[in-house]
Amino acid sequence: MTISIKEVEHVAVLARLQLKENEKEKYARHMGSVLQYVDKLNQLDTEGVEPLDHILPVFNVFREDQVKPASNREEILANAPLVEAGQYKVPKII
Amino acid sequence: MELYELTLRELQQVLHKGEASATDITKSVLGRIHEVEEKIKAFITLDEEGAINQAQQCDARGAYSGLDGIPYGLKDLICSQGMKTTCASRMLENFVPFYDATVAARLKAAGGILLGKLNLDEFAMGSSTEQSAFFPTRNPWDLTRVPGGSSGGSAAAVAARELPFALGTDTGGSTRQPASYCGVIGFKPTYGRVSRYGVVAYASSLDQVGVFSREVGDCAQVLNIIAGKDPLDSTCVELEKPDFTSFLKDDVKDLKIAYPREYFQKGIDSGVKDTVKQALLKYEELGAIVEEVSLPHSEYALPTYYLVAPAEASANLARFDGVRYGFRDFQAENVVGMFSSTRAEGFGDEVKMRIMLGTYALSSGYYDAYYLKALKVRRLIKEDFDNVFAKFDLIVAPTTPTTAFKLGEQVGDPLTLYMNDILTVPVNMAGLPGMSIPCGFLEGMPVGLQLIGRAFDEGTLLRAAYAFEQHSDYHQAKPDLGGELI
Repeated sequence: MTISIKEVEHVAVLARLQLKENEKEKYARHMGSVLQYVDKLNQLDTEGVEPLDHILPVFNVFREDQVKPASNREEILANAPLVEAGQYKVPKII
Repeated sequence: MELYELTLRELQQVLHKGEASATDITKSVLGRIHEVEEKIKAFITLDEEGAINQAQQCDARGAYSGLDGIPYGLKDLICSQGMKTTCASRMLENFVPFYDATVAARLKAAGGILLGKLNLDEFAMGSSTEQSAFFPTRNPWDLTRVPGGSSGGSAAAVAARELPFALGTDTGGSTRQPASYCGVIGFKPTYGRVSRYGVVAYASSLDQVGVFSREVGDCAQVLNIIAGKDPLDSTCVELEKPDFTSFLKDDVKDLKIAYPREYFQKGIDSGVKDTVKQALLKYEELGAIVEEVSLPHSEYALPTYYLVAPAEASANLARFDGVRYGFRDFQAENVVGMFSSTRAEGFGDEVKMRIMLGTYALSSGYYDAYYLKALKVRRLIKEDFDNVFAKFDLIVAPTTPTTAFKLGEQVGDPLTLYMNDILTVPVNMAGLPGMSIPCGFLEGMPVGLQLIGRAFDEGTLLRAAYAFEQHSDYHQAKPDLGGELI
């Protein structure tokens, strides 16, 4: 299984990861070798097997809808890299 | 005997008898940390002042019960209110949570003294603790070797007598594998037994909090405190919670133990196999029925893991975008550029690699071929276990294919490093409880015995582990912190 530089670039955009040129090659190589390894799963016939996406027989879990104290804004914003007027500040979007 | 050398149970006895105070214990443990930490490097954060304060408050309260006065540490991806929680990542280097993870809150309420936060592979992705963005931790049995990972700091600290117990996590073996490499007890409860609230997520369908200790009974006590329903984690299910210490019985006569032939095949060190087979003979001697079984899909567990875990990780780690917490690259001119350069700078290589893999496996056109296929195989792996547990009470196997490897030895090729988890990953795929206990030594390095149980049957694991402990002394061996520092 080989992964092209173009595919790596596409995935990096989806993952919001800015890659350097030398990293693209490295990821292409590493991802290729892991994907080649996981290709082993195709040895198994899984026709009719139900995918197991959750190990517990738990479905909807409800709790009482009660008003409880929440964290305050200052506490939450304390870890933010940039704050203005009690809000997160980010670079221009549009 | 110094206080820091005592187990949790022994410390409780000392406190009850009035032979030492919580402050005496904390000071002894801090002294030990000062003595050896330069060699071991288990702690990312050590809060000496806070620890002494907690201990003095504990002494002022008077009577000791529960974990009163017992020092402990948390893997540094378990949120601790007011104490940095870095995930061993530049991304969260200065992150101070304003709330406690449920497990941290429960240990605090039980009177435990939190000493600090322990090293790990960045965001729990790794098997050696070399992927920490800060520094590697070393194995107390040989400083040139890794402690395992990802909870390497927790395992090394408990082995080096820097702490009587610590919490880690286990997504594919991250508690059992380092416990095996460091010669301590490592316990991964059933998925859903212990709350994951406030534990920074790696792969949500696999993650579970784990316990490290030097005695099986200590592990049962800690489980009693951290296990049980939590309204803040909808996967932490409502079940009658037993008293886990009630299973500590030296009796395995009614147990039917299976050992899977696939866990003794090529790739598993012959010394490890022989050591584990000796343990199986011990169980037979103690009256258990021991038989070989097959878990035919075992070889597919690791490739399944390397699709499921990165896929879930790529979604979980999307939250680190430089907006609400953590590192931000301030050079970027627009918001998408800021996300991309923040993540490029903030995450280490292995984390980025897994995000890339997971994003690829979930991307349009590949979802069915990779992720869906993996989930189908995951069911086959679980059904293998169901079939064995229809006839047996317990599965026993090696925890790892070899003993601890040298620092730097397995950096480079991801697949070689991933092979360390080949015997532990299937347990997470099936959500079962698993445990590693010391069962011998090979050229001075500890060998771990892995016990695997039915879902929510932690009791049988604890009983079998306790019985083995009563008839061996491997758990009492002390590492000499030898080996050249590199």
